[in-house]
Amino acid sequence: MNLATTLAAAEPNEDLARISNVLIYSAMAVYLLAFFAHMAEWLFGSRSKVARTAAALTPAKTAAKAPEVTAKATGGGTATLERPKVVTRSVTGSRDVPDGPGASAGDEKGDLYGRIAVSLTVLAFLLEFGGVLTRALSVQRAPWGNMYEFSITFSTVAVGVYLTLLVLKKNVAWLGLPLVTTVLLDLGLAVTVLYTESDQLVPALHSYWLWIHVSTAIFCGAVFYVGGVGALLYLFRDSYETKLASGGQPGKFATSVLERLPSAASLDKFSYRLNAAIFPLWTFTIIAGAIWAGDAWGRYWGWDPKEVWSFITWVAYAGYLHARATAGWKGRKAAYLALIAFACWLFNYYGVNIFVTGKHSYAGV
Amino acid sequence: MSKTEAPEEQSEQSGLDAAGAQLSTAPKEDAPNLPSLGVIGWFRWFWRQLTSMRVALILLLLLSLGAIPGSLIPQNNVDELKVQDFMDRHSTLGPLYDKLQLFDVYSSVWFSAIYILLFVSLIGCIVPRTWQFVGQLRGRPPGAPKKLTRLPAYTTWRTEAEPEQVHEAALAVLKQRRFRAHTAAGSVAAEKGYLREAGNLMFHIALIVMLIAFAAGQLFKSEGGKLITEGDGFANTLSQYDDFKSGSLFDTEELAPFSFKLDDFEGTYEKSGPNRGTPRTYRANVTYSEGVDGPEKKKSIEVNKPLEIDGSKVYLIGHGYAPTVTVRDSKGEVVYRNSVPLLPIDQNGTATGAIKVLDGYKNKSGKKEQLGFNAFFVPTFAGEGKGQMFSQFPAPDFPVLALSAYHGSLGVDSGVPQNVYQLDTRKMTKFKDSRGELFKKRLLPGETMKLPGGQGSITFEKDIKEWATFQISQEPGSLWALVGAVAAIAGLAGSLFIQRRRVWVRAVRGADGVTVVEMAGLGRSESAKLPEELADLAARLHDEAPSAPEPNHAPEAETVSGSDPDAVPAEGAEK
Ligand code: HEM
Repeated sequence: MNLATTLAAAEPNEDLARISNVLIYSAMAVYLLAFFAHMAEWLFGSRSKVARTAAALTPAKTAAKAPEVTAKATGGGTATLERPKVVTRSVTGSRDVPDGPGASAGDEKGDLYGRIAVSLTVLAFLLEFGGVLTRALSVQRAPWGNMYEFSITFSTVAVGVYLTLLVLKKNVAWLGLPLVTTVLLDLGLAVTVLYTESDQLVPALHSYWLWIHVSTAIFCGAVFYVGGVGALLYLFRDSYETKLASGGQPGKFATSVLERLPSAASLDKFSYRLNAAIFPLWTFTIIAGAIWAGDAWGRYWGWDPKEVWSFITWVAYAGYLHARATAGWKGRKAAYLALIAFACWLFNYYGVNIFVTGKHSYAGV
Repeated sequence: MSKTEAPEEQSEQSGLDAAGAQLSTAPKEDAPNLPSLGVIGWFRWFWRQLTSMRVALILLLLLSLGAIPGSLIPQNNVDELKVQDFMDRHSTLGPLYDKLQLFDVYSSVWFSAIYILLFVSLIGCIVPRTWQFVGQLRGRPPGAPKKLTRLPAYTTWRTEAEPEQVHEAALAVLKQRRFRAHTAAGSVAAEKGYLREAGNLMFHIALIVMLIAFAAGQLFKSEGGKLITEGDGFANTLSQYDDFKSGSLFDTEELAPFSFKLDDFEGTYEKSGPNRGTPRTYRANVTYSEGVDGPEKKKSIEVNKPLEIDGSKVYLIGHGYAPTVTVRDSKGEVVYRNSVPLLPIDQNGTATGAIKVLDGYKNKSGKKEQLGFNAFFVPTFAGEGKGQMFSQFPAPDFPVLALSAYHGSLGVDSGVPQNVYQLDTRKMTKFKDSRGELFKKRLLPGETMKLPGGQGSITFEKDIKEWATFQISQEPGSLWALVGAVAAIAGLAGSLFIQRRRVWVRAVRGADGVTVVEMAGLGRSESAKLPEELADLAARLHDEAPSAPEPNHAPEAETVSGSDPDAVPAEGAEK
């Protein structure tokens, strides 16, 4: 009897598992509402006049304005200065295009729907989080034993990343619609194709490395995903800006949607920062996996398909970071690399579990 | 910058380039000029190409592309049977793949070529960069560019302090913030964030360490399997292994001299519910000693918890039952007593195997013969007349051993290696029962089966043992791989999270006798942090050199002329 395929632990708690399912379905319903609210936000925004002002499209030629020195008089009559104002300017040759006004483009109704959408997303996030938590409690282990559990955790974390960025007052409101859409797709896939009854783990998964390795893997995936959305939108926005700059007239739909996004430079920077920030953690994830494999399977690296694709993903992201440092590869080419790298991650996540068999085939698709 | 720059702007640009010079040690990108002359020229050209960032990038992409087939096509190092199966099913594709080494991607010539080139490139990149970096550490940050207003972050104010005072204060403030700062040509130049470069170099060097460690591991590794029955032991020498694999540079001398004994194996199983029978714990309790005769120590080995001895790891891989049997000859003398490991054939511990009595047995007429028994064991019997003989539960709750008996020659002397779990009955004769059928019997612990015709007996003892299989592996270099990995992560973090930046401060006495302070910052990439940091530094310096009262006349005349019309206020540029 091969131990690695038979060891399992306590029995799942059926009630909690049922509650978890209800919560996940509720989360989906609320995400759906959030999706409609975002749609409304974009639709109302497209009517807005603000979005149409040429000022938003042309490089800002702010009137010659001297670096400000503001003097403030205090008690004794001596003039003390507030912080000297710092002036910034781009020297990297990027177009000085300001960010678009956002989905609602200042339209009041659009703005209202935008707020509703975010509130609904928060609610859905809480529900989904509860779903993941009860699932974990029902099996009394980390809820990462099969693809269904991965998927629900993954989208929870992705939304969590987005909401955190919002709380940190980062300019990420534009992420709302694409994110909620894909979260719905992810959950839809999870509850239909990937659904697995809550059950025990195969013994090779019985290890605290499960917590370390899998949680960081999911977190990295969620951040890579958000970075990937940034890279994709960058490509659209960049061609839009290029067209405008060369005097072309982009299509009406493109204009309406793309003009409201942040500038290509901002999107590019956003995507780079996320990808770069998470790359060390992804490196750690792979190494943690190797250490775990060393304990569980007796070798730390064996070119198992999952290992191979983690490696490919890693090298692809390393290529992306290199590309950014290499003249001639900045901008669009680097963005393509970021998308390819994320595609590798996705394939590792879905493709390898579904199409390829290996030691990691706990998947239970 | 736009392409149509006025000549003056161009010179400004070159001044800016100088200010940003050596802010990193990344090699300059030059167009792939064709080499001029000769072998050396070509070699130089080739070397410069190989160590350029562009080629490094291409090699990186090739490396990830090259790794793909290994995940889709069966690999010899993972599963040789699957490769064989693939070969059998694809008569044209199979040999073609074989030629292209697609069944051994990760040791193939072409895959090796990619990563060796990449690592040559890497070394060719690291060495000059390290020198350069050392040079930068010894040198000083370059002096302030002429027009500070052109830098990505800029601020200015007027103060009554003397320019020298301002410079001194600036030096103090910057040094306090751990900038490397010095006064040069009427300005203060400072730089910080060298750890970024150090981290980057450390990361790339760590990659080389990891590669070497991994390669060494592959060449020197060894891995073997051993089945041990409770009470038995194992000494780590080649002859004791059931099967053994090793890397091409492995030397049997390198097997760590240790030994261990399996004291007892514990398996517990879910007793009820839908998961009845699923294992809860598997634990092998062993006594081991390091070295040839080191002190004995106790330890338990579990799945995911290998025992580490002297650089080797002992993994628990499998387990099963070894019923103890005693065989007596016609005179009632014990000729064989052993716990015979049987191989499990299902999840509930049903197991089969063979009991072979090689010597010591004489039949009734006093002739030497060998005995053989086919054994079928169930730890939990369903009960008489309740369907088949398969086990109902993996724990030994109701153990039953079924035996059938043969005599003659076991065929082990023929020199052909034999499967210990199978009986080769070609030279054996069946013991027959009264109806002339093969003689067989089901035994409960303690029961004895008498061979027909008083030819002796076999007893199923109450002492049922368990066995466990272990994998013993030695993978030298894994410690170095780990060290490399940790260094790589630390280096990466330094490289990606630390920004290398320069700050300049210039104080000049203006025409009206008031000192104009200018501060500017430059980073390797645009960052929101740079202006923030500059503002902070400026605020500190401002405490030392506060603003002069505003002159009554046109307040901004002085600065407007020096400012740039393209300048965008900080709030607008970075969001
Ligand atoms: C073995 C494969 C390699 C991997 C996985 C790798 C990975 C990376 C990563 C992740 C970075 C990003 C860190 C950062 O942006 O600061 C980086 C930067 C860098 N790499 Fe590599 N690298 C490899 C090979 C090379 C080679 C062969 C060269 C030289 C030709 C090289 C030169 C550089 C340089 C100069 C930087 C810094 C760029 C900068 O300062 O922004 N790397 N590398």
